[in-house]
Amino acid sequence: MTRRVIALPLARDPSSRFIPWIVGFMVYLAALVLAVAMAVANAGSAWREGLDGTLTVQVLPRGGEDSKGLDARIEAVLGILRAERGVSRVELLTQDKVASLLEPWLGEGASLTDLPLPRLIDVTLSDAGVDLDALARHVTESVPGTSVDSHGVWLRQLTAFARAIELTAVTVVGLISIAAIAVVVFATRSGLAVHREAIEILHLIGARDAFIAREFQFQALALAFKGGLIGFALAALTLAALYFFATRIDTALVPDLALHWTQLAALLILPLAAAVIGMETARRTVMAALGRLI
Amino acid sequence: MWTRAALKCDLGGAYRRGDLVVEFQNVGLRYGVGPEVLRDISFRLEAGDFRFLTGASGAGKSSLIRLMYLAFRPTRGLVTLFGHDLLTLPRRNLPALRRRIGVVFQDFRLLDHLSAFDNVALPLRVAGVPEPKVKSNTEELLAWVGLSERVGARPATLSGGEKQRVAIARAVIAKPDLLLADEPTGNLDDKAGVRLLRLLEELNRQGTTVVIATHNEPLVSRFDHERLHIEDGELHVVRREPPAAPVPAPRPSAPSEAEAEPPPALLAARS
Repeated sequence: MTRRVIALPLARDPSSRFIPWIVGFMVYLAALVLAVAMAVANAGSAWREGLDGTLTVQVLPRGGEDSKGLDARIEAVLGILRAERGVSRVELLTQDKVASLLEPWLGEGASLTDLPLPRLIDVTLSDAGVDLDALARHVTESVPGTSVDSHGVWLRQLTAFARAIELTAVTVVGLISIAAIAVVVFATRSGLAVHREAIEILHLIGARDAFIAREFQFQALALAFKGGLIGFALAALTLAALYFFATRIDTALVPDLALHWTQLAALLILPLAAAVIGMETARRTVMAALGRLI
Repeated sequence: MWTRAALKCDLGGAYRRGDLVVEFQNVGLRYGVGPEVLRDISFRLEAGDFRFLTGASGAGKSSLIRLMYLAFRPTRGLVTLFGHDLLTLPRRNLPALRRRIGVVFQDFRLLDHLSAFDNVALPLRVAGVPEPKVKSNTEELLAWVGLSERVGARPATLSGGEKQRVAIARAVIAKPDLLLADEPTGNLDDKAGVRLLRLLEELNRQGTTVVIATHNEPLVSRFDHERLHIEDGELHVVRREPPAAPVPAPRPSAPSEAEAEPPPALLAARS
């Protein structure tokens, strides 16, 4: 077996010291951006799963109306909903439940008795083919002072927001990759200049361009992978710390930002991608430069 | 098996004495937009030829040698190496051609970070020769030039003479068909210079075409070889003259004793 010749002392170059840290920094940023995008996607799908196939009917108190009148309108709404095919469950939320939903905003122990709070009816649909618009129209026209919220608008906005975050993350990772490529190109060109004399000797004794390029690409592969691992490790620590602090906030306002282990494993692709990008960039840079020699 | 033919890849066959090795036809060379440093150079070398390339410093000897070892293409004219026209030969075929040319550079041009062993072994490794063969041949070559004790030494710790011997070993280890030496005796005293030229003559007797650029006229006059003389960028062929004085046989001190007979690694494929 042929021993690989270390024909160029690239390990001693200044770039050998700074490349891992620059690549590490880039992988760190890319990992954080992707983790945020994945966490938002997780929260979005959790919300979607919770809201899909549900709707909420509000029966609003009317001025001058006594509790009997309100109860009658509630019963009317419940009647309509229970008669509807495709509705599997109808639940009138108690005032206590409404109070608990409002607690994050109003604080614990706030007196709700004087507030004209709407009564909420939670509806679960069994059939996705239910015509929500027709159902909403039927309810609001039959019982005045009611409104139906199918969460559609909110879900659409949430989906659009999650997509915007994903697009931003992909753009940022793309920009980071371009910057990483530029750094490797610069370092490789600097290596070509530093070792010009040795490269010329190799060239003149019959080394093919690929032989010389191999020296650079192995070096770039090793340095970029090392940097990638550093960046990934730092990102993992940062995410762990953020998760730790997020779980200590006792409020329903902060969504669950935990990543699944498969998502964390997917982030491990970043060091590998950095290594491959580094290697291929170095190879192309050297081949282009040597192609100008005879 | 490591043979000369195996090293030639697809661009050669076994060269026999008399085959055309180098041919220049009306070659001109200029650097950038400067004046022509070589003008209308025409000559041919056949396998087994031994030529001195003489001329004053700056006459163009090194430029001509560089054209022969494919450091660059001529500005005009036709250069043919081993039957291949350089103008039409695809670039991807040049490395195989370069492996058939051994060069002793004027300033040695050893790789400072490599040991004497690795410097000498480099042409074989570049050619993809199996490592056991690289090891045995390199050790043999280093013994031949009297550097068995210095195999692990870096160029910075070698004397000028030792560097030169490493450079020569590197130039010949791949058993080139054409050996080019640019001022190889520049740093040597007369006795060592003669010894070196005897060594190159011995390689020539094994079939290698040899061209030695030198401005050391007294040394050249002691050998019976045709000369290519460059003056103001123009080449003149000087027919051989009888040597001015008989040249003494090499002294038996290292590395001359070893030099008297090339090692088996160089003789293996010579027939």
